[in-house]
Parts: sequence; C-alpha cells; structure tokens
Amino acid sequence: MTALGHLPTPANTVAPERDEGHRRGPAGYLLMIPGTVWLALFFVLPTVTLAASSLYDPSGSLLNGYQMTWHWQNYTEALREYAPIFLRSFLYAFAATVVCLLLGFPLAYAIAFKAGRWKNLMLVAVIAPFFTSFLVRTLSWKFLLSDNGFIVQTLSSLPAVPDDLRLLATPFAVITGLAYNFLPFMVLPLYASLEKMDPRLLEAAGDLYASPVNGFLRVTLPLAMPGVVAGTLLTFIPAAGDFINDELLGNPRTRMIGNTIQQLFLQAGDVATASALSVTMMVVIVLMVLVYVRKAGTEDLV
Amino acid sequence: MPRIRRTRPVLPPGLVASELSRRSFMRSAAAAGGLGIGVPSLLSACGTEGTGQTAETCKSTDRSSSEKELVWSNWPEYIDVKGKQLPTLEDFEKESGIDVTYNTDVNDNNEFFAKVQNQLGDCQPVNRDIIVLTDWMAARMVKLGWLQKLDHANLPNVDQNLVQNLQGPDWDRKRDYSVPWQSGFTGIAYNKKYTKPVGSFEELMTRPDLKGRISLLKEMRDTMGFMLLLAGADPTDFSDNDWQKAIEQLESGVSSGQIRRFTGNDYVDDLNNGDIAACEAWSGDVIAMQYDNPDIEWVVPEEGLALWSDNMLVPNKAYHKTNAEALMNYYYEPETAARLAAWVNYVCPVQGAKEAMEKIDPSLVDAPLIFPDEAFLAKAFSFKSLDESTAKQYDTDFSQAIG
Repeated sequence: MTALGHLPTPANTVAPERDEGHRRGPAGYLLMIPGTVWLALFFVLPTVTLAASSLYDPSGSLLNGYQMTWHWQNYTEALREYAPIFLRSFLYAFAATVVCLLLGFPLAYAIAFKAGRWKNLMLVAVIAPFFTSFLVRTLSWKFLLSDNGFIVQTLSSLPAVPDDLRLLATPFAVITGLAYNFLPFMVLPLYASLEKMDPRLLEAAGDLYASPVNGFLRVTLPLAMPGVVAGTLLTFIPAAGDFINDELLGNPRTRMIGNTIQQLFLQAGDVATASALSVTMMVVIVLMVLVYVRKAGTEDLV
Repeated sequence: MPRIRRTRPVLPPGLVASELSRRSFMRSAAAAGGLGIGVPSLLSACGTEGTGQTAETCKSTDRSSSEKELVWSNWPEYIDVKGKQLPTLEDFEKESGIDVTYNTDVNDNNEFFAKVQNQLGDCQPVNRDIIVLTDWMAARMVKLGWLQKLDHANLPNVDQNLVQNLQGPDWDRKRDYSVPWQSGFTGIAYNKKYTKPVGSFEELMTRPDLKGRISLLKEMRDTMGFMLLLAGADPTDFSDNDWQKAIEQLESGVSSGQIRRFTGNDYVDDLNNGDIAACEAWSGDVIAMQYDNPDIEWVVPEEGLALWSDNMLVPNKAYHKTNAEALMNYYYEPETAARLAAWVNYVCPVQGAKEAMEKIDPSLVDAPLIFPDEAFLAKAFSFKSLDESTAKQYDTDFSQAIG
C-alpha cells in the first residue's frame, strides 16, 4: 500500500462519489449489452447448435435433413474410433508446451531483467512474427526442414547422423512447428509476471544465504507462477486444437484431432461425429484447465 | 520459514485475470451448467429439414433479356490469360454484349459446396450464374435438385461438338443440367532428378526407395479408383467387399510410412523441390509444371487412367440462365475451344478443336493429354456414381484411412 492510502480523507468528499457510483448502476448494465449480445450470438448460439448436431441421428443426410434424436452413441463411437488421435494431440501439445516453457522462461527472464535499453526492441522481436500470416510462417518451416534443404543436408553429412535423415513430415516437425507458432503466447505472460518482480527480493534472498538456484526456486519461480500458468494454458489449448502445423509439416500418421474434425466436417460430411469430437474436445480441455488451475494454486497467489 | 509476501501478480488482460479466481471460475461453470439444463428443448429444435429441391419447390426467373450480365465462378488458372486480360472471355463479351464477372473462387469441391449449401438448400440465390464443379459433385447437386434445367435449343454447338465419351454420364444422361468445361486425367508424375522412372501404382505403393517420398490425392474418387484397381476390382463397378480390400490397400500404405502426404493441388511444390519424388497427379498441372521444370515427367499408370470432367452448372435462382447458355455455347465453337485448350492444357471436350488447334499451336495437335485418341481413352475409367448414403460411408472410410 502506498503512503497515500493511509492519509485520512475527509468523509464528505468521499461519500458523494460513492453515491454517484451507485447511481451509475443502470449505465453499467447498458454498457454490458453489446458484450452480452456478442457472446450470445457468437458463443452461446454456436455452442448450442454444436451440442445439438453432436446428437444428430447419424443416418441423416443433407437430402433428408438431420434429426436431433439424442443419439449419444455418436460420442462412444467417435471416441472408440478416434481416441488414439485425441491422445496424440494432447501429447504433441504437451511436448510443444514444455519446449515453449524451456525456451520462453530464459527469454522472458532476459527481457525483464537483463535487456536494459534493448528491452523494447526484444519485446518487438517477440511480437514481430504476428505481422506475417501464421500460414506463411509455417510454410517457411516446410522450406527450412525440406529433405533437400540446408539443415537436413548439413546434418546428414555429419558422421553420427544417418544419411537418409528426414525432418519434414515427422512428429518432430509438427512439435517444432507448434512450439514455434505459440512461443510468443508463452513469453508475453511470463514477461508480464517477471517484470513486476522486485529484483531486490533476490538480493534479500542472497543476503539470507540462499544459493542462486535456491533463490530462483523459492523466489523467482513462485512469483512467476501466474505467468507460467497463463503461458502454458495459452500454449497448450490452441496447440491441442491446431491443424495447420500437422497439415503442412506432418504425415498421415501424425494426424491431430483438429485435422480429423476438419476432414469429417468438410470432406466426409459426417456432421454428427465431427460435432461429437468438437464437444468432447471442449469438455476435456475445460476439465484439464480446472484441474490444472486448482493444482497450480494461482488463487493462493492473488 | 517466513513466507515471502507476495505481490499482486499482473496478468495480461483477458487471461486468468486476478479477479477470476478458481471459485468464480467454478461459479460461472456451474452457471453454464444451469443454462445447460434449460436448453434441451432448444436442442431438440436444432434438427434440420431436408434440403432437396425440385423444379416445383424452387422456381427461378430469368432476367437475361433485360440484364445483359453474368457471374461465373471457376477454378483458378482455368481460363486463358494474356497479361491481365482474358482473351476468349473478352471476345465473348464483345460478341454478345453480355458483361461477365469472372471469379476464381472454386478451390475445392467440398469447400465450395459448404459455401453454397445453406442458400441452395433453402432455395435462396447464391449470386452466381455459372459454377464449375467436378462430375461427382455435379451429380450430387443434380440429385439434390439444386440446378436449373438447360435449354438445349440455346446450345446448338454443345449438341454438335461435345465429344462422344462425355455425352451421357450416368448422373445426367441427356446433359440436361451440365456442360463439361474441361476434362482431365489422373495419373502419376515423378521428378526424374530424384528417382528412377515410376510406371505404376504398384511401384508407387511398394518400392522401398520411394518410402515416405510419395503423395496421393485427397480426392476420394481419384485415389480409391487406383486402390480398387490394385485390389483387382473395377472402379466403374465394384462391390462393398472390393471396397474393403481397396481401403486395406490404402491403410497398409499409410501405416508402413510409404505415403508421406495426402494433398490437393499443393503436391506441385513438393514434387518440384524433391520432397516428394513421385505422386498421383492431375494432367494439366503437370504439363504446366513441365514448362518451368524439365525434370517432371507424367506417366500413364499401367493400371489405367482416371478420367474426370469439370462441369458448368446453373444453380437455382440464378437470374441469367439464357446468358449462361450463350456462354456455354460460345465455348463449344472449335476455334474458341482450341484457344482455351492451348492455354489450360487440360483435355478438350470439344470436337473439331483439334483441327482448329493447327492454326493456333501445331505442337499441341498431337498432345494426347489435350486431344486423347481412342487407344488412350480405352485405358481411362470413371468412378462409379454413388448414392448419398454410400458416398457418405465411403467418404468416412476414406477419411479414417488417410489418418
């Protein structure tokens, strides 16, 4: 608390302000209207239709129409058929999140504490890739990892590496692509957390005979936890549903759930199964987030 | 140990903001759950009606006599171009006085279908007078009753010049709803800089030196036609049992890692730079590639060739059907067809264009991929037409097989 907060303030100057605040009540609700309408139109309505179409009678067709018959077997069938792909998506997303955390933490730390006058430039460098399209950036990875490209050719000329080394169209390429594309979403929240940290706390830890490692584990890391939680969520959730990286960098055996849903909706026209998969995906992610936020205990930090 | 007094963390806006504690999160989740109890009745109302139309349920009016205009949706790079001009199309505009808006917004049959299905299913205009779609998708539209019947009195050139083998496909026996725009073959292409010649799908699917270096097409009918041939069945007439065997054929190619990708047009780049050594490919694409890269070869697979056409269709509620027919008729003049074929390099469906080609580009007169002869056509097959539920089943099987 600042010193100002402790200054005695004359009651008569505060009270009217509060009253005014109460009178502004209806205005607040009015201001909520655009947001509420937006949410209803673009979130609630699509979610309801999605849930409904996941319960369509699977024998429906465009010609005869689809009936909502509470056919919950769509879910069991979708899961029986596509459970391995679900598992794979979460695995890839998890791997990409770990890579992002390992790369992002030192980077965010460096920007927050060590960059000095280069701080803004480094931040711009993190954000700059957003100025080009996601698709173009992923396509350039395709070029970088190409079988006849510089990287693969150089690596396979090394003695310990097999001559027919391949990077593109492998799980490695997919995870690399995911990690690359979502790295800024990890770095920015981490930076926001670390930047608020008072460096004198570390000095104090040192004064109390904490080793640098101990200081990091007991001071820096706990204070960075909100950033870690936010960053991992922001990386993991979109990565699990991503389909561009696998589409461009993967092979048929690296299919992720996003690709399957897209394929079922647009190519096979299997609306019911595709919706069932989408709903399952949403539910699983929400549950994972709940458990994670609870375990990570950010509430304790607030 | 005394706990460090923790400062209030500042999170990026819109995130797990400090106000959004776990408790309030739970509360809103519970609220959403409560909402869920209220929605079942809403859910039940979410079924959809059948979207089939007939000439009675969906009547279209023709304003061609008063409005000299036409909107045409076609695939990219599917018409002759000179600089920024479209020579044959501009000649048509001059000749007929009809103002044509030419859009290249068809990239994929399924994608385009998804774009127009809500309007056409509800008998609403899609603001396009001609759309160009591949046989099987055109067949689907015919079955759904989404197309206007053409008046052959306005199409004398089509009646006279349409090549024999395209005259009566089983989905539109009298060409009442469709007129072929261009046809093409599906075969094999390879890059000779990176591999020995490839002559058959058998080789493509089994040769160890091609492992992980081939791609097949995402178009179910193209790819499965060849898988059926590999399984010893006939793609023009096969049983469910044959289909199962063909799917297994494809699955084994996927699980062994032989097949690197399933692609649309984008195999072109991979083949050019050698990431893919050989692939299933469309004839016109490959001829176009050969102008830039002499290492690309196109071969007729030993198993046979898939033949398909893209068709000009007039959707329901298009207001300029007579104008559209005038355009179709114009492109069936042999000279015009030859000028077009010389640029797009696909199979020309117009009789007499071969003779007309001598004046335009004599080197193309004997190109079998533009003017195939009888012997060439004898190797070609078209995929049997499927009813709605079989098609859906096969599409699902195919999606599962390709990953």
